[in-house]
Amino acid sequence: MSWIHKTAAEQAAALAAGEVTSVELTQAHLDQIAATDGELHAFLHVDAEGALAQAAASDERRAAGSPLHELDGVPIAIKDVLTTEGLPTTAGSRILEGWIPPYDGTVTTKIKAAGLPILGKTNMDEFAMGSSTENSAYGPTRNPWDHGRIPGGSGGGSAAAVGAFQAPLAIGSDTGGSIRQPGAMTGTVGVKPTYGSVSRYGVIALANSLDQLGPCTRTVLDSALLHELIGGHDPRDSTSVPNQVTGLVDAARAGAARDLGGLKVGIVTELQGDAWNADVVERFDESIALLKEMGADVVEVSLPSFVHAMAAYYLILPAECSSNLAKFDAMRYGRRVTPEGSPSAEEVMKVSRDAGFGDEVKRRIIIGTYALSSGYYDAFYGQAQKIRTLIIEDFKKAFEQVDVLVSPTAPSTAWAIGEKADDPLAMYLQDLATIPANLAGVPGISIPSGVSSADGLPTGIQFLAPVLEDARLYRVGAALESALFEQWGGQITPAAYAPKGAN
Amino acid sequence: MTETLATLVDFDEVLEKFDPAMGLEVHVELNTNTKMFCGCPAVFGGAPNTNVCPTCLGLPGAMPAVNAKAVESAIRIGLALNCEIAQWCRFARKNYFYPDMPKNFQTSQYDEPIAFEGYLDVEVEGETFRIEIERAHMEEDTGKATHVGGSTGRIQGADYSLIDYNRAGIPLIEIVTKPILNTGAKAPLVAKAYVSALRDLVKALGVSDVRMDQGSMRCDVNLSLAPKGAGGLGTRSETKNVNSLRSVERAVRYEMSRHAGILLAGGSVLQETRHFHESDGTTSSGREKSDAEDYRYFPEPDLVPVAPSREWVEELRATLPEPPAERRVRLQADWGFTDLEMRDAINADAIDLIEETVAAGAAPQAARKWWLSEISRRANEAGVDLVDAGVSPTQVAEVQKLIDAGTLNDKLARQVFDGLFAGEGTPAEIIEKRGLALVSDDGPLLAAIEDALAAQPDIAEKIRGGNVKAAGAIVGAVMKATRGQADAARVQQLIVERLS
Repeated sequence: MSWIHKTAAEQAAALAAGEVTSVELTQAHLDQIAATDGELHAFLHVDAEGALAQAAASDERRAAGSPLHELDGVPIAIKDVLTTEGLPTTAGSRILEGWIPPYDGTVTTKIKAAGLPILGKTNMDEFAMGSSTENSAYGPTRNPWDHGRIPGGSGGGSAAAVGAFQAPLAIGSDTGGSIRQPGAMTGTVGVKPTYGSVSRYGVIALANSLDQLGPCTRTVLDSALLHELIGGHDPRDSTSVPNQVTGLVDAARAGAARDLGGLKVGIVTELQGDAWNADVVERFDESIALLKEMGADVVEVSLPSFVHAMAAYYLILPAECSSNLAKFDAMRYGRRVTPEGSPSAEEVMKVSRDAGFGDEVKRRIIIGTYALSSGYYDAFYGQAQKIRTLIIEDFKKAFEQVDVLVSPTAPSTAWAIGEKADDPLAMYLQDLATIPANLAGVPGISIPSGVSSADGLPTGIQFLAPVLEDARLYRVGAALESALFEQWGGQITPAAYAPKGAN
Repeated sequence: MTETLATLVDFDEVLEKFDPAMGLEVHVELNTNTKMFCGCPAVFGGAPNTNVCPTCLGLPGAMPAVNAKAVESAIRIGLALNCEIAQWCRFARKNYFYPDMPKNFQTSQYDEPIAFEGYLDVEVEGETFRIEIERAHMEEDTGKATHVGGSTGRIQGADYSLIDYNRAGIPLIEIVTKPILNTGAKAPLVAKAYVSALRDLVKALGVSDVRMDQGSMRCDVNLSLAPKGAGGLGTRSETKNVNSLRSVERAVRYEMSRHAGILLAGGSVLQETRHFHESDGTTSSGREKSDAEDYRYFPEPDLVPVAPSREWVEELRATLPEPPAERRVRLQADWGFTDLEMRDAINADAIDLIEETVAAGAAPQAARKWWLSEISRRANEAGVDLVDAGVSPTQVAEVQKLIDAGTLNDKLARQVFDGLFAGEGTPAEIIEKRGLALVSDDGPLLAAIEDALAAQPDIAEKIRGGNVKAAGAIVGAVMKATRGQADAARVQQLIVERLS
């Protein structure tokens, strides 16, 4: 088994023990990227030179006995939605083609300050709009389990990179499931932290009130390690919560002991039914049985307003993004298209935006502009905010009864590239289970629940916890993961990328 | 310009047939150290695009964070305007595309202003008008566009435009009045008095430079006419960026005459934005507002609500300066001005100037005299506000001190002012350069007296005979001989001594 197949925690331990250098680790991942990314297309930009320089600096710190962090020297990939000084940042859009940010987002700063070499920027649906990464202006990412399938979205790049051992750690962003759903599609772990617990400064906003950065990894413990690194209050993000969410790594380590005695788990009534793929449900039921075996008290809980979540989400998100995306006018940065003749500034804006934005982006700008228009605001945006309040209240009531909620992460396994490309509504429905957490700001985790016997593709299970109680996710997630790993004899990995001698 | 020239109606005729209604929107640029939503210096001037960062440039990923000092200033302005202060309010995005707007939305406040429901009393010719304040809200300034080429200096027809984002994100407070009604013939003066009083108030709070000439205070004038006695409001025009007190008065007056011209000809006023022209006091059409711009306001999702605690609001209330009306009563008593003198000083916008001149050592009456006569006359001739006439209170006090010391007389002092207006230096330097000092040595005066008496022996006889008034002719001759540089009182005294 090579270094790339080890978890981030194992790689960190090996660095600490002097068994490997960061340059070796980084080079191994760069080699994997070079060998596989022509096919996968998980990365939009690979910074081999920068990553190796950071790795060399990390090795010097190790040698001097002064690493910056437990993960110092463990390489990482960053979703192209977060600004990185000197590295291209496009958010998967043509309109930002060639833009090199002059500043680091706060999470980038934290990653650099902890000494993690940055391998590059990962592919995503344009401005994070999508559930398949097919909306990337630079072409889709393929699922490591089946190259004919989508890896989920919008963060398909980060999930595929982690799933294909191109990186042990990646940053994702989750607005309606963009970390968790790709996690489920690729058999990896993804966490959407409590809203406001990880700084959004430097995140190219999709919907400001829903967006949250989080970890994409192969194990629950790795997510906890990365989550603690990137979390914390940031004065540059006004919506940032004052207190750091702590105890995540401890919770993950404690969870691995598989004692869930006293934990009340609620199955969400509204996230069951015919819309859910039978294999997905089967794997889910097996996981529930394991939870019970570990001592969890499992009950069913109804959150009646969830049925309106999708409608509210697709008004709030387009409204916010229609305004966020107005700044992309080709006046100050990004790709400018100048029509013939002597066009006015307004004409240049129009033509550049028409050429720079993809169909899904235009669709949401139009919906959002409409929803905010005078005379329609109350009926659309106003009503959606009321539903949002109802969903928050539903969560509050549910968490009076149970400690965590549980559901399958997504209704189905990964679909074929192109299958839903012309049916936006079918695509939107993939986020049915993940959207409510974003509307309420609560944290959520998706971990692999197994492999579908029908198509051999991974399935995911999602846990949700109350605001700031992210630690609960790591406890229950690590417990279930440990039990499943025992059944499976380790992580589940796509055959084409599995270490030799495993699976 | 394709616009047909407006038919203007004589002001008295406007008043016979219409009632004016005004609404004033004043933008005050705060003098905080940093911008509204980022840490960039909020300073006037500076090389273009030097005081900028990802946030005020609207770069992808950048986020705003509220400047607490700006909120404090907004609350103090609100309290000084007798407003309610919101328990909880939010910022909102005002969405529209314009190249000087880094994000293509302005972060402002919409239906939840920080301050609302207040008033400011202003006095015009002895009559008090209560101007009701609808709201005072916080927002950020835009960048500054300079359109190069083309004849109008506007974006239409320009060859290219230069944009300086140093101003983008500087904190602004917009203060909006309710419709100001029942001012009749005094409408232009009420508008001016309100802006003046507001300026004094904000200045006393110390939260802005309130320099209209530099754009740190800007006024938009909404005006409409309704048929006399009919009540209701007519269609309004909004005249933008009226940048001096004098212009506020002129803009109201011009728009009243223009609206009346349109209405009396059977036309209807177009609801539009208009530009004021300092040069001739007219306005011209800007962009039409009739397509009902839809700014698609919604709460700014990147900012948490502003919820000032009541304790803090009360602490800030305790820091408010003396209300302008009370201050005027106090100053009038201190200075011993008659009601008429005080009113003239207020109308001339000279209160601060007199106060500063008195503080610099001049007697109140002397300060009043200079500002309301000599300097007012020159400001009027130049078409500028008194404060911009070109002399400072310190200089006026200095001139007056020289008069008190017998170095200058009034006539010479006016020549010193000539020098000051011409920028020839300090009063002392001007006296030196122009050789203006009074002859303080009796010798040359006595010689001039001898010459004058010799030339007019009959006058000398009259004086000796007890007709002291006759000495005036000799004084005149001496003044002429010394080219005005003699102290007339001293000459008179010397003549009497010489002949007694």
